Amino acid sequence: MTIDTLSLTAEAAQTLLGAGEITAGELARAYADAIAERDPEIHAYLRQGDSPDGESGEGVPIAVKDCISTKGLETTAASKILAGYVPLYDATVVERCRDAGMPVLGKTNLDEFAMGSSTENSAYGPSRNPWDLDRVPGGSSGGSAAAVAGGLAPWALGSDTGGSIKQPAALCGIVGLRPTYGTVSRYGVIAFASSLDQVGPMAKTVRDCALLYEVLAGRDRNDSTTVELPEPVTIPTADSLNGVRLGVPKELNDAEGIEPGVKASVEAAITLADSLGADVEETSLPRSVEYGLACYYLIAPAEASANLSRYDGVRYGHRASEPSDLSEMYERSRWEGFGAEPRRRIMLGTYALSAGYYDAFYGQAQRVRTLIRNEHAEAFERYDALLSPTSPTVAFPLGARTADPIAMYVADLLTIPSCMAGLPGLSIPCGLSEGLPVGLQIVGPQFSENRLLQIGHALETALAFDVVPERLR
Amino acid sequence: MSEWQPVIGLEIHVQLKTRTKMFCRCENVRGEEPNTRTCPVCLAHPGALPVLNGQAVEWAILLGQALGCAIAKRSLFHRKNYFYPDLPKGYQISQYDQPICGEGRFVVPRENDQLEVGIVRVHLEEDAAKTVHVGGTAGRIQGAETSLVDFNRGGTPLVEIVTAPDLHNADDARLFLQLLRQTVVELGISDAEMEKGSLRCDANVSVRKLGEEGFRTKTELKNMNSFMFVARGIEAEVERQIGVYEGGGAVEQETLHFDPQSGKISSLRSKEEAHDYRYFPEPDLVAVEPDAAMIDAQASQLPEQPATRLRRLETTFGLSFYDAQVLNGSPAMVALFEAIVEAGVDAKASANVLQNQFSAAGVDPTAVDAGELAKVIEARETLPRETFTTALAHSGDADFAAAPYLEDAAVSDTAELGPLVDAILEANPDLVNAFRAGIEGLLGFFVGQVMKETQGKADPRVVNELVREKLSG
Ligand SMILES: [Zn+2]
Repeated sequence: MTIDTLSLTAEAAQTLLGAGEITAGELARAYADAIAERDPEIHAYLRQGDSPDGESGEGVPIAVKDCISTKGLETTAASKILAGYVPLYDATVVERCRDAGMPVLGKTNLDEFAMGSSTENSAYGPSRNPWDLDRVPGGSSGGSAAAVAGGLAPWALGSDTGGSIKQPAALCGIVGLRPTYGTVSRYGVIAFASSLDQVGPMAKTVRDCALLYEVLAGRDRNDSTTVELPEPVTIPTADSLNGVRLGVPKELNDAEGIEPGVKASVEAAITLADSLGADVEETSLPRSVEYGLACYYLIAPAEASANLSRYDGVRYGHRASEPSDLSEMYERSRWEGFGAEPRRRIMLGTYALSAGYYDAFYGQAQRVRTLIRNEHAEAFERYDALLSPTSPTVAFPLGARTADPIAMYVADLLTIPSCMAGLPGLSIPCGLSEGLPVGLQIVGPQFSENRLLQIGHALETALAFDVVPERLR
Repeated sequence: MSEWQPVIGLEIHVQLKTRTKMFCRCENVRGEEPNTRTCPVCLAHPGALPVLNGQAVEWAILLGQALGCAIAKRSLFHRKNYFYPDLPKGYQISQYDQPICGEGRFVVPRENDQLEVGIVRVHLEEDAAKTVHVGGTAGRIQGAETSLVDFNRGGTPLVEIVTAPDLHNADDARLFLQLLRQTVVELGISDAEMEKGSLRCDANVSVRKLGEEGFRTKTELKNMNSFMFVARGIEAEVERQIGVYEGGGAVEQETLHFDPQSGKISSLRSKEEAHDYRYFPEPDLVAVEPDAAMIDAQASQLPEQPATRLRRLETTFGLSFYDAQVLNGSPAMVALFEAIVEAGVDAKASANVLQNQFSAAGVDPTAVDAGELAKVIEARETLPRETFTTALAHSGDADFAAAPYLEDAAVSDTAELGPLVDAILEANPDLVNAFRAGIEGLLGFFVGQVMKETQGKADPRVVNELVREKLSG
């Protein structure tokens, strides 16, 4: 039978494999063919992984963001400083995928060290949005999102620090789940901002995300910040939202810069939720939205400045040639290896942590973070989930924001507050604006993934969004 | 000169002999081939995460208890940021404002009083790797042709003990350090060998006029690797600072190196060159919150402190400070001492024999049957010296018994010796008369005869007395 990778969900692929209608080799081959056909223009992948002979697993294959370590397969975090670096070990999430029989299709593109919202900060060139090749797929997990949207992978691993799963999922018209901080291991995930980084599933449907989350989640002895899930993952089946209490924070829905088309799509989805039986109510998260972004741009760069110190040219990765002494080796290796965005954040973070500034910047940001956490906790005393657009805009043209870092940072305005609070969030496609996908963000309290997946699935079913990009149908 | 008072505080690093390293499962051993005890974590490969060694935490708490410290209910790890090839992550995981053990007090007994040293804190951290600089000036990175790094040591658990500036001369510093070392060794948590670097000491030194309030500028003397060098380094630095003040100058805050060969002090870096370590909480680890049961369990394992034991030897057994101190060098020796005294031997004599002849014999005190050894020591005055030494040398043997040696005991029973003396006097009537006429030098002849008859087993003192008594009778 012919396999249409553009419309095939991971769950459907599992069913076909289970029924013996296709083999793992045929499935992998279908994706290899799709990659050969469309990836030259999309550039979702930095490199391909297991050969499509079906010997690396009997399950549904997966694409892995290139900041996640794969044993024996080059892993660069889209940085020149890690060109040629081949990990000695699999990240725990990769190990869990492999244990579940999933071959690795390849490593997907991202903004260098996951710093960015468009993949344009990749040292290896940007990925393109399968809906419009002149537009960005979002970021930083833009390669993973583009791979799923473009039928180049049934599902993918993304990672999220301030919106890097949800925002590209929204821009590419797919589903992305950022899990509760601590439910998925970070071991082997190249660190950007350790207190925020979280791996999560990206796929065409909410159920696919649930299936993949089930594989990934749970305590890992190699990551001290992980916990055991309070309840097992359930695969959602609900088609009603009866009794579900949904809050619509006005600051997240009326923020400056939200495009009218985006607002209209999201409002329509909220109305639909109401008609599915949910109790919808307007609410407020004043301080989270006002301070979230600024707070994030102190904490994330501060942690990044330390996390990126290990790239010093001593043990692996890029080393400057013929340095005259140790300082020069450090300075030139790092200058030559890091792109503009990591350099910018290393400088910001170093400054924020410096003697005399720590309390005013990093210390203050930590206090604000507590405030954001408390404000969300209060909201969740009244609501099961909060709804808003995922991104203020649809996919923007390549190059449109590269000259203005602040314009790029604002792309994560709506996703950052819940990330700062360590909360889970789901983005599902809820419609089109100017022919491009719009994402609906559903945020819940800690460990509410099952509830979020239920809400997402009910809405997704009612919305009946066609995830195949129009130009590829 | 006498109006100056030195003010000294110490910072001591102790390598813990845990089975594995501080944050990974690599074996914690010395002397292996370079870079054979490494893994992605201690080599700081991308994505690797630290996992805290529970044994190191327990031992730090145990040490804290021995130093009378308050154990923190909640303590945090911080990142201390700086670049050096022996620090693969570009930061050291250490503790900052929430150490595992808070303030304490350590008492060092002296002959007529005691030295009380405040403990500011005890914290946990990881050791750096070892660098070897080849070529250039000995052991310095500047000018070296090649620098090699051995990561086997990297990640070894360290405790850092910081004292208050309560020490006022180099001898006290040495006394404190020696007792601290003994405490650590007896806790069984470290070999604490200065020559091998498993105990390292830095000293903060300043001077002030006697009676002056507050402190003057201090300097930090780095890494002195023997008790003697610590004392000599401090002496040299105190003298230098006094010289500076008396010459009308001012002491600069700087980090210094003491060269024991030349006795000279040189500057490693000035205040301006001091690092800004940009400490911030380590997001990859969770807070350490030892529960009360665990702290109690550690406390119950705490052996008697060397200082307490020393005072007990003085008060309970009436030993002099000197004897008590020598004996106290080994807890096993003290245990043996107590058992011997328990068996009825005089304390002073037991201490004397143990710290002299017994120590010289090199017998392991834990292998000794104290009851049997007690019999030997009890008979020490009647045993020929050679027999006594041989008995001590064998006292650690598995089947050691005192009886065979005691057979050599001197005959001092006058009932047994009396008839023998009578017989000798009867056989030499001329000499008896000569003696009685005043030739007292003949006494030696009669004693010699008795000794000859008894094959040397007679107690010469008893014989002497007996002969004199019979001659005068
Ligand atoms: Zn290791």
